[in-house]
Amino acid sequence: MKWIATFLTALVVALPARAEIKIQEVVSPGGITAWLVEEPSIPFMALELRFRGGASLDAEGKRGATNLMTGLLEEGAADMDARAFARATEGLAASFGFDTSDDEVSISARFLTENRDQAVTLLRAALNEPRFDQDALDRVRGQVLSGIRSDLNDPNEIARTTFDGIAYGNHPYATDYSGTVDSVTALSREDIIAAHQAVLARDRLYVGAVGDITPEELGPMLDTLLGDLPETGASMPPQADVALNGGLTVVEFDTPQSVAIFGQRGITIEDPDYFPTILLNQVLGAGGFESRLTQEVRVKRGLTYGVYSYLAPRDLAEIWLGSVASANNRIAEAIDVIRAEWEKAATDGITEEELDAAKTYVTGAYPLRFDGNAPIAKIMVGMQMLGLPIDYIATRNDKVNAVTMEDIDRVAAELLNPEALTFVVVGKPEGLESLPAN
Amino acid sequence: MRQFRVLLNAAVLCLAPLVAQADEEAVTSFTLENGMDVVIVEDNRAPVVQHMVWYRAGSADEPKGASGVAHFLEHLLFKATENMESGELSATVAANGGRDNAFTSYDYTAYFQRVASDRLELMMQMEADRMRNIRLTESDITSERGVIIEERNQRTENNPRALFGEQLNAVQYHNHGYSVPIIGWMHEMQTLGMDDVMDFYNTHYYPNNAILVVSGDVDPEEVRSLAEKHYGTIPANPDLPDRVRTAEPPQNAERRVVFRDARVAQPYVSRSYLAPERDPGDQEMAAALTILAEVLGGGQTSYMTEKLQFEQQKAVWSGAYYRGASLDDTTFDVIVLPRPGLSLEETEAAMDDVLEQFMVDGVQPDQLERIKMQLRASQIYERDDVNSIANRYGQALAIGLTVEDVKAWPDLLKAVTEEDVMEAAGLVFNRDASVTGWLMQPEEVTQ
Repeated sequence: MKWIATFLTALVVALPARAEIKIQEVVSPGGITAWLVEEPSIPFMALELRFRGGASLDAEGKRGATNLMTGLLEEGAADMDARAFARATEGLAASFGFDTSDDEVSISARFLTENRDQAVTLLRAALNEPRFDQDALDRVRGQVLSGIRSDLNDPNEIARTTFDGIAYGNHPYATDYSGTVDSVTALSREDIIAAHQAVLARDRLYVGAVGDITPEELGPMLDTLLGDLPETGASMPPQADVALNGGLTVVEFDTPQSVAIFGQRGITIEDPDYFPTILLNQVLGAGGFESRLTQEVRVKRGLTYGVYSYLAPRDLAEIWLGSVASANNRIAEAIDVIRAEWEKAATDGITEEELDAAKTYVTGAYPLRFDGNAPIAKIMVGMQMLGLPIDYIATRNDKVNAVTMEDIDRVAAELLNPEALTFVVVGKPEGLESLPAN
Repeated sequence: MRQFRVLLNAAVLCLAPLVAQADEEAVTSFTLENGMDVVIVEDNRAPVVQHMVWYRAGSADEPKGASGVAHFLEHLLFKATENMESGELSATVAANGGRDNAFTSYDYTAYFQRVASDRLELMMQMEADRMRNIRLTESDITSERGVIIEERNQRTENNPRALFGEQLNAVQYHNHGYSVPIIGWMHEMQTLGMDDVMDFYNTHYYPNNAILVVSGDVDPEEVRSLAEKHYGTIPANPDLPDRVRTAEPPQNAERRVVFRDARVAQPYVSRSYLAPERDPGDQEMAAALTILAEVLGGGQTSYMTEKLQFEQQKAVWSGAYYRGASLDDTTFDVIVLPRPGLSLEETEAAMDDVLEQFMVDGVQPDQLERIKMQLRASQIYERDDVNSIANRYGQALAIGLTVEDVKAWPDLLKAVTEEDVMEAAGLVFNRDASVTGWLMQPEEVTQ
């Protein structure tokens, strides 16, 4: 074989705190694109595969099919039943993680150089020839149902699903991707096969590889692993209309500590105001002791162990979320403080000192994320899914540093919206009652 | 496939709920003149460093009546010192693009920062400062006590599995501090005050009771001179108390706990057996118990999973755990989550039958071989995560093991034979030293 891979780009990205991350774009002979970082010093590799769409591709009335399908990929493939597949995987000391989310199905694999071909053969079988045996389906269904029943009694999960129901209306995001007891109980083997066809297709595949492998080796490996998957899958659902118009919803649940989720409209990563918003949120409520919410709710008043806000851009919606948990007799005060801080930031913005501190933190913390083969593989796949350029890592901190006070003031005034900040509280909160949206 | 949120022992608590390997380990270790141990693990692939200080003081070292004070103090170490304002340490770490946190367990409390490696000295300067120089106010005590109470609400009071685990531990130990939850009992946490905190601090927070662990892109000689400059100048406590805890009497009565809570959706049966831990120069039994946990409940091909999930289809999930890194006697735990419709009585009977049958069947050689392969691979994989290597050393030294014990551990695991595993099983499965627990709804809903 004389021409096995194309190297489109090879560039060296210098980071303040990472020697260098040399990302190469590799296109396999069969046309599969991957981003690769060679790291030959330890004899293993991490491989991250993602299929866009994830559980949002569940067919009408088949909620939970993608999640159950993904859970079954490691439960028997080709001539191996579930136990034979597990024994083979353990015998190679490979690990294959199969995960579902609203936006993707992800496969996180790790295997040794010494038995890489065998590991790839196994993973290929799992992706291309899953058996979906009825006994495995029923067994894993039992595990999923156990989890769903537990979620129904978990205040955090109740808060999350209630909030999503309010925010996303009829969109798939509005319901939990695990499905309901009824929907999962009704899933047939045919539904699982259909979900496999819908999601695991090459037109939505993204690949990141980091470790002891060369581009010449990676190309053919990807063709073996993924080349036989169908070309196209199900069509993507539409963009979600986020309906967050203020108000507060109390869900009565008998537990000592109330759990609250709050949120408002967010921002896309393509938006020029994305980095100003990240910095504004850093000051307002991102993790760390310096954020205003942590200072006001936790440090000064001792009302909670954790209070956060964060931008949660998804493929099909943008949302600015937060959470807090306080004893039933203190949650009302915590929410008052959060509302006041939201109002204050919207009206007065932040100070120049706060902006500078946020920039130092956000730029300094960025390189710390690149701390191992698997994390780097995940970051690279995320970049591809967002459509970011291959040199993004090198330019990202410059974009953060370029944010001005004017940018921040604009975002604070235009995006932060205390009237639209919507709360869901689960527990027996004292002094709180449901309020309608505006 | 699904990870069940089952909590047997919340073995570690963190200050903040943020965010959220051995043959070729480059490990250097030495002791400063004042008695502070130092371990350095080098990985020069990225210019990042993790700086940790571990204290040989955890919740099991607390005085009676002051449960939770070790963890409370951990929170308060982020307040003012003689040289820093309240919150300044974390703010400085953040301003340098780093992250910091801390955690408390039964046997230790540890503080750490992750930051660009050229900021190591600044981290040492601040960490050394709070070893002896905290300056707390009554308002710190009041507000932070609210925080730890909310932490207990979040972790424990809102979670029937955690409440159940707490009851199991309380019954497992008659006379040892492991019977008390790390976070403390609520009624005692509510009374913790300045004296409790300062007594604990002034008893335990000294260099001769601490371990410095630095991992990442560092030069050991440079770390040594920085450590001597910042930590080496802190006087040792010549009166540091010996670490002697109240010992367990012989356990000769099987115990049962039934915990009912309306929030339980998935009932389960658990059993914990008192078990020996890793001791300096004497880790063979712990190694065998570690392998036993893998053989019995360590994944899809484990013995309990084979029998209870695949063959009998009585369980949705089962597992076995052993935590050998402990200063005093630890536990070996098994757990079974029944399929709907199976009572906990039937579940327990099935679990007992399987354990009994295991004593007859023994260990399958091919299973042991797969486990050893995974052990060997984990040493390769761990080299990609220098901080996890560093954590292993810090934890081991904090529970009285030596650097040599840590280095010997992988080989001891590899040397475990089928006979060793069965001998360990025969020793540990002693019902007289066990607690069997049922977690269930107030009304039996699994009929």
